[in-house]
Amino acid sequence: MNAVAEVDAGSRVLSYAEAIREAMALAMEADPTVILMGEDIGVYGGAFQVTGDLIDRFGPDRVMDTPISELGGAGVAVGAALTGLKPIFEFQFSDFATLAMEQIVNQAAKLRYMLGGEASVPVVFRMPAGSGTGAAAQHSQSLEAWFAHVPGLKVIQPSTPADAKGMLLAALADPDPVLMFEHKLLYKMRGEVPPGHYTVPIGKAEVVRTGRDITIVAGAIMRHRAVEAAERLAADGIEVEVIDPRSLRPLDRDTILGSVRKTGRLVVVHEGVKSFGVGAEISAMVAESDAFDFLDAPIVRLGGAEAPIPYNPDLERAAVPQTDGIEAAVRAVMARAV
Amino acid sequence: MSQMSPDITPAADNRPHAIRAYAPEVLRDALRKMHLIRRFEEGAEDSYMRGLIHGTMHLSIGQEASAVASCLDLGPSDKITSTHRGHGHCIAKGADVGRMFAEFFGKETGYCRGRGGSMHIADIATGNLGANGIVGGGLPIAVGAALTAKRLGRPDVTVCFFGDGANNEGAFHEALNMAAIWRLPVVFVCENNQYGMSTSVARSTAVPRISDRAAAYSMPGVTVDGNDFSAVAEAVGTAVARARAGEGPSLVENLTYRWRGHSKSDRNRYRTKDEIEGWMARDPIARFERELIAHGILTEAEAEGIAAQAVAEVEAGIAFAKDSPAPDVTDVTRYVYAGAA
Repeated sequence: MNAVAEVDAGSRVLSYAEAIREAMALAMEADPTVILMGEDIGVYGGAFQVTGDLIDRFGPDRVMDTPISELGGAGVAVGAALTGLKPIFEFQFSDFATLAMEQIVNQAAKLRYMLGGEASVPVVFRMPAGSGTGAAAQHSQSLEAWFAHVPGLKVIQPSTPADAKGMLLAALADPDPVLMFEHKLLYKMRGEVPPGHYTVPIGKAEVVRTGRDITIVAGAIMRHRAVEAAERLAADGIEVEVIDPRSLRPLDRDTILGSVRKTGRLVVVHEGVKSFGVGAEISAMVAESDAFDFLDAPIVRLGGAEAPIPYNPDLERAAVPQTDGIEAAVRAVMARAV
Repeated sequence: MSQMSPDITPAADNRPHAIRAYAPEVLRDALRKMHLIRRFEEGAEDSYMRGLIHGTMHLSIGQEASAVASCLDLGPSDKITSTHRGHGHCIAKGADVGRMFAEFFGKETGYCRGRGGSMHIADIATGNLGANGIVGGGLPIAVGAALTAKRLGRPDVTVCFFGDGANNEGAFHEALNMAAIWRLPVVFVCENNQYGMSTSVARSTAVPRISDRAAAYSMPGVTVDGNDFSAVAEAVGTAVARARAGEGPSLVENLTYRWRGHSKSDRNRYRTKDEIEGWMARDPIARFERELIAHGILTEAEAEGIAAQAVAEVEAGIAFAKDSPAPDVTDVTRYVYAGAA
């Protein structure tokens, strides 16, 4: 975050989508090998208007509309990255990356290793994710844990406009494949964004709010719900430390363990399905470390329901953690009622 | 033409295309590579039987003309993508057999430092972007390599090898379509060896010729005798020239046959001895060698010399591999990420 601090003076308020667009434009201006690929990212501007008007600035050779061919398109991006370009490939919805698992998991993730370090695949996959838009089961998933399971990939999940810009620029400077999960409910969220080029390092969590009583680890949209819950709890004298991991692979082990050693209590919140998820990994990491000795209560995980994301709005809200649930979980941990 | 008197007709050159189009030393080197591929794979098979190589491997014995003739017009900056049956492509593009054996033996001196093995062998320095363990995996990657060339204004062409099995993967169709709409410098070379593992093309594929599928992607498609060096060189050479001229992709289908089974576990239950022997009688190496001798490119003695040289090179390669160090097991996570060495 040091780079952000240095340029804070000229910050403007941008939406998360605008911040990503600004990062892409900066990268394309600075480096002719950066290209954008994806479905309807040209004159349409992208399904979520993230690429917006970039086609007017950089033309169709660098802002490439692909056919609806996720597997092939992702593979073209991998091949281009292998041979000297830096493609940013937008999946229209991260759900559609299931069609491209072959190229992401078998090819992009493994090429460097399979070739004994002789290959590099500097591709960025942009992954619009998450529920809350009424788009139901095939357009609302949070699959980041799937990809975080794969050595060779990096998985990031910025939750503010400033982080989205800085982490995308960090991803572009990274010689390895990076998947950037962008929660769709964040696209219109506005926040201070420094101008110019800066990077937010991959693998570094942010302590969003300090507190002595309990740690909540929550990324993407859950970071904001966790902060809201923390503010309510503060009124009752419960001081919550909120950590946004920002990056899932690599995970910032030191920041999370340090916080748990201090507070002795941990709630992990994510939107992805709870079982076999990111929360399981973080809980196990704590349980396997010396931070375990500092725990005063069992660890609690909040995650998505063991169901596809439903259409009905009440069901949809019920399927993923909400602020009330986070607040209740913290109270239960504080009361040792879990 | 029939009206012309014979005395003013230029002497018709009925020699095969390759004999006409390439210098003798290029043809002799092509024969050398074909022998080297054959001896390399026999050496690999023998080493496997002796327990020096573990896992499995997919031999291309019988397909050497397709590999070498398809790479004839490629320079070091041109790219290829290869398949699980990729030893021939690797040698055709210029790899060193010592480092290839070292890779098969799992040694640190191998092309992939022993991390890849037969199925992931690659040689980025000579433009071989790698074999692939996934059928069809290399097709979109080849299109991406061609996109790089076009975007950066380089004259490079990518030759994308794949087998008949891959033509029924979605990746094949998506890749050909994108190569065509973006007019990219890529040549799709299908090595139709008649079987995807045990399933024949007739049972797996709805068109009689795989090259018929080119029409669906508005590109030229041609089927040639893949055991005829000259026919492959002409078809792929034409396609490479077209790609280099900015005229877009082509599909060439080389009809050929693998003498060995799919992999080391194959019991050959799906094809007959007669069929295998029929194809062995159409050995592409013997055929090309006879052709070179018949056209005065090579003497019998020179042919024997080339074959002997391949034997010696393979023996030296195996010795190099045996003597090479194995990776340190504490390095198991090395090379997963850049800078994590």
